[in-house]
Amino acid sequence: MNLKEWIFTTDHKRVGILYLIGSIAAFAVAGIMALLMRAELSAIGPTITDNPTNYNVWLYAHGAVMILGFQIPALTGFFANFCIPLMIGAKDVAFPRVNALSVWLFFAGVILALLTFVIPDPPDIMWTGYPPYSTVTTGNTAMYTFTVLILGFASIIGGVNFLTTVAYMRAPGMTLNKLNIFVWCTLGAFVLQLIFVPVLGTAVTLITMDKYLGTNFFDPARGGDVLTYQNLFWFYSHPAVYVIFLPFIGVVYEVVSSHARNAVFNYKMVVYGGIGGIVLLAGEVWVHHLYVSGMADWLRIGQMVTTLMISIPVGLMMIGLVGTLYKGSIAFTTAMHWALGVVFLFLIGGLTGVPLAVTSLTVGVSETYYVVGHFHYVMAVAGTFAIFAGIYHWFPKFTGKMVNEFWGKLGFWLTFIGSNVVFWIMMDIGVDGMPRRYYDYAHFPQFESAHQTMTIAALILAVGFAITILNWIFGAIKGAPAGNNPWGSPSLEWTTVSPPPHGNWPSPPSVAEDWHPYDYSKMKA
Amino acid sequence: MHDYLKLKRAVARATTLALGAAVTATSAWAEGANAKINDHSPAFDVLWNHVIRDISIIGVLFAIVIAYFVIKYKRQSSDQVGTGPFKMSAGSAVGWTVIPIFVFLSIDLYTAANGWVLWNFQREVPADRLEVKLESGMYSWDYTYPNGVRTQNELIVPAGKPILLRMTSRDVLHSHYLPDFRVKEDSMPGRITYLWFYPTKPGEHVVTCAEYCGVMHSYMAGRVIVKSPADYTAWMSQEETKLATGNAPDKAATAEAAVTAAVPNKT
Repeated sequence: MNLKEWIFTTDHKRVGILYLIGSIAAFAVAGIMALLMRAELSAIGPTITDNPTNYNVWLYAHGAVMILGFQIPALTGFFANFCIPLMIGAKDVAFPRVNALSVWLFFAGVILALLTFVIPDPPDIMWTGYPPYSTVTTGNTAMYTFTVLILGFASIIGGVNFLTTVAYMRAPGMTLNKLNIFVWCTLGAFVLQLIFVPVLGTAVTLITMDKYLGTNFFDPARGGDVLTYQNLFWFYSHPAVYVIFLPFIGVVYEVVSSHARNAVFNYKMVVYGGIGGIVLLAGEVWVHHLYVSGMADWLRIGQMVTTLMISIPVGLMMIGLVGTLYKGSIAFTTAMHWALGVVFLFLIGGLTGVPLAVTSLTVGVSETYYVVGHFHYVMAVAGTFAIFAGIYHWFPKFTGKMVNEFWGKLGFWLTFIGSNVVFWIMMDIGVDGMPRRYYDYAHFPQFESAHQTMTIAALILAVGFAITILNWIFGAIKGAPAGNNPWGSPSLEWTTVSPPPHGNWPSPPSVAEDWHPYDYSKMKA
Repeated sequence: MHDYLKLKRAVARATTLALGAAVTATSAWAEGANAKINDHSPAFDVLWNHVIRDISIIGVLFAIVIAYFVIKYKRQSSDQVGTGPFKMSAGSAVGWTVIPIFVFLSIDLYTAANGWVLWNFQREVPADRLEVKLESGMYSWDYTYPNGVRTQNELIVPAGKPILLRMTSRDVLHSHYLPDFRVKEDSMPGRITYLWFYPTKPGEHVVTCAEYCGVMHSYMAGRVIVKSPADYTAWMSQEETKLATGNAPDKAATAEAAVTAAVPNKT
């Protein structure tokens, strides 16, 4: 293995694996931040640090790194890179060198984010960076801005690359209605990235100008307005939730379909109703993050309706997923465990979002642990489970080896139980009034035992994650040979050797008129 | 403004009625809640429980179907493949799309109509209110009563009277959160926001900051102390005397800048 070859690679599969390594490292660091926070909250009063700023920096790093350094790069970096060219029958992406640039930028961004732990005055502004605090704090707001800008730029050039790849590099015969659900989902996510990332870039650039260059975009004493930032920020960051959701549910579709050896239920409904509906609605619901921010009343009511309507495309995608199990041949592999775990977590997470869509109920529970529990269910933990399901699913393809199933399932169950305990309790005490982003909860002594239970459960889930990651490392080194198609899937990526060579197929593939990635009727042994 | 609110309420009711028989009960609930007591926090609990019940039913239905499929369609032999409908007829494909769309849409509109009714209730402040100005700052809540009396981190109010807070902030974002009254709203420099709540009987309630505001965010707490009307009047006349004799207690003196100015001092 030649390090130089890996760093300067333009092979989409190697670029993808570099994204995977970087994002799993970011996940581990941000996960340790979560454990530090749970340790701090295990009792009332200072426990492991007596400086609240340390806690606030952990909280900032946990949020920013998990979203920008782990979930988005793992989904739109690793999975998109590794799977899309293989699924559409292309020998690589449209712009391989631009692809290499995007992964370098990603690593630059991750390194910048990790410097948080060594610089004096690290950012303590949460991943949202709301002014006026972000412009008056002694913490380093510029660090946050440049991390966001670099990772955002990596994501934009990735988006351009993949939209071009799918438009022009499909194998002969690969019509749009034969694309895998994951490909459609990722296209939807990249469309959203291309439209909305520039808005986030604008928002964070303006706070840095306010703080360091003396401009007054968000300072009302000099003609600015603090709410403008929140609107700009969420105008990107709500669609960003779908940038995470779409690829992760796409991964779950691939895993469920392959391990149930069953056609995706009502393909066109999922693609046009589900994915299309989410892309159309994504930009019209951001005000639900500002329900208690002092927005105009009519806007809060209008976006309550659009926010509730998100349940339509998301509901269609759930029906498609559940329908894919109908008359299937379901194998309880490790990948399927994680995928069914996503279905369960997402069901809870999605439904607990309904009260949060209602403006008048959000007035009660906004900014509490209820919100934190909800978005961990719906996006953070469900998304992570989906990433893990996908890694287990495609592991034989990208390493050529099988992973140990026993340790895989043990890791799943520990994580599944741990995360349900943590985030269910979190929602419960949130309804009773526990506010989020608290270093200490001296005036809420009634929640101390709940916090202790959450800390213990967080340790269980951390052990589960650690077992999972170690299992992959052992599998990559010592796993049994996988063969080309261990799951028996007709999807195109399983037709080449494992791991695929540079160029993916010895001769470019073409697909037959009656071929479809979900048509299992021809796969009988 | 008042006509506008009336219009909004009329539209909300019209929407509610249009949704049919199931919703009539809700509309009646809203009317009943309006007539019964001048307080939105019990209405919050009613709607909250209502929505939690609905999403629990939907969740359990989905979970039962998933559990049934997972058990029933377990793989029997290693070469078995699924026999789910790969090619659906146009009719069933459209039906499986359009029918769920209408089911979800009706649940959404029903929930939105209920939410809107409660929202109007939360935002229309009763006329017989006590109006207190609040200026938040790192890290205190500074209250100013109509007669100029000031308190810090302690909002002392009479039972049986709606309390309106007009809020702004002298530095960063804060959010005046009253868990017991199910209400919060951000305060920020440069704008005036408001919330109201209705303390019904004497007691103490936590005030806590719900919008991240810096190092001491988690310690930015205060109390709402609800006194009986007689005790409140006695306390207020005592404070008024202190104010008149220039003998206001130190803690009130620290609460400086007047809240009346929409544009705060930048510190």
